[in-house]
Amino acid sequence: MNQPAAALKFNRHGVWAIYKFEIARALRTLVQSLVTPVITTSLYFVVFGAAIGSRLATTSGVSYGAFIVPGLIMLALFTESLSNASFGIYFPKFTGTIYELLSAPVSYVEIVIAYVGAAASKSVVLGLIILATASLFVPIKIMHPAWMIAFLLMTACTFSLFGFIIGIWAKGFEHLQFIPMLIITPLTFLGGAFYSIDMLPPAWRAFSLFNPIVYLISGFRWSFYGAADVGVGISLAVTVGFFAVCLALVAWIFKTGYRLKN
Amino acid sequence: MQPIISIKGVTKSYASGLQALQPVDLDIEKGEIFALLGPNGAGKTTLINIVCGIVTASTGTVTADGHDIVRGYRAARSMIGLVPQELSTDAFETVWATVSFSRGLFGRAPNPKFIESLLRDLSLLDKRNSKIMTLSGGMKRRVMIAKALSHEPQILFLDEPTAGVDVELRRDMWNLVRGLREKGVTIILTTHYIEEAEEMADRVGVINKGALMLVEDKKALMKKLGKKQLTLHLMTPLQRIPAELQSWALELKADGSDMVYTVDGAGSVDISTLLKRLSELSIVIKDLQTHQSSLEDIFVNLVTERT
Repeated sequence: MNQPAAALKFNRHGVWAIYKFEIARALRTLVQSLVTPVITTSLYFVVFGAAIGSRLATTSGVSYGAFIVPGLIMLALFTESLSNASFGIYFPKFTGTIYELLSAPVSYVEIVIAYVGAAASKSVVLGLIILATASLFVPIKIMHPAWMIAFLLMTACTFSLFGFIIGIWAKGFEHLQFIPMLIITPLTFLGGAFYSIDMLPPAWRAFSLFNPIVYLISGFRWSFYGAADVGVGISLAVTVGFFAVCLALVAWIFKTGYRLKN
Repeated sequence: MQPIISIKGVTKSYASGLQALQPVDLDIEKGEIFALLGPNGAGKTTLINIVCGIVTASTGTVTADGHDIVRGYRAARSMIGLVPQELSTDAFETVWATVSFSRGLFGRAPNPKFIESLLRDLSLLDKRNSKIMTLSGGMKRRVMIAKALSHEPQILFLDEPTAGVDVELRRDMWNLVRGLREKGVTIILTTHYIEEAEEMADRVGVINKGALMLVEDKKALMKKLGKKQLTLHLMTPLQRIPAELQSWALELKADGSDMVYTVDGAGSVDISTLLKRLSELSIVIKDLQTHQSSLEDIFVNLVTERT
């Protein structure tokens, strides 16, 4: 009797198939996937870095243009991870091709690894491209490269996981935009992407500490310039904590079949 | 022999209170073609989707070749292929990419030779580099079948395989199904085209309003519930059936000019003896015709009788 997957512990062919499919999707839409974010980021540099930044004093010993680089990378990472991962799982639900995923011998863990892994890979590549683009505009130094990569990876994975959840929750295309536009973008702008929260009046500064994005950006910036708004340990804890929350949510979704199965 | 699929006490009810499936018990034998017949909304797709893992049963268990579809889902699902009713495809992918994707998804190592022969069997080979969105509806249906067969399943579910396809594709589909059966693949198809079940199936199950009403060998079913009728058009009308013919199941119709002889499926039809008796009685026959009830007649009777 031919039972290929009966003894299968991990469906690596399945994970690879989904991963490849998702990467192929990005390559088909290379312009949206890579060129658009790079152009957007370059515009930020022109506006904030060159036009406004030249009139600002240095922050924590780095020029304003260089100061905003980690924040800009994080902003792109948040947005792209969310949109990539949410679209990746929402689209099969929308077209009906999800039937195949649900009837395939892939475990939930494998599905998450494949979809979130693909979305995170794309975000990391994008982050590095933006970093390379930024280095054309301003001098950049990275004091803790290993930590920089670690924060990059963790953030990409966390927000891809979060995007995956949004994609499953979404009932229409407008839902896909809802959380990124309404929550993530404002929190990022208020989370010190373009300024140090030390620049804020004390009341607003205290208020900012409730914004989890502050910790993510601060930790990432620390890996570049060694200076941070909050302790790097707390940044790390918040990043890991956010990841754990998303992981728990995904586990619950699969356990209950929420918006996946009847 | 152990059935290849065993469904025990499976029900499905939705939060809205809709009871999509009454308790269903059904065994599918290895290597057979089983046709699940029923009107739209009877629960055919729900039952299939439960076996394939797309819908969670409210109660009951299903095993595929001994593997529980929940606890042993990996083993169970890797031997099942599903062609759903809806044409859901990745519009932007090529035929080759999507079929290879399916094979990988089901845990099989790439095998371009196999994919190539599969596409050839389905007359898709020259379309392998075409994007699916450029294909006709019939071609998309073929792609769906190729995807379902890409991992060489032992069990194939075809949910309304010939709904809305042209004659040529339907004939191809039937040939394909026969070919698969010869290779030992078990096939479960749902249909509301009775001719399809009659043409293809070894056994037939009739489902209506979520309840499996009967499961029967097709030939036995035709025999048991089918009727044969012989209508004799008489040269001169009769007033009544002659006393010598009382032992035959005869009745007069059309003011006595037609004599109808009805035999149920189990009875044997002894036309020559009847004709001999008639000629002995000098009853002259102008013409005769026979009618054998089809699965469709049986099905319509079943569904209307019990609802």
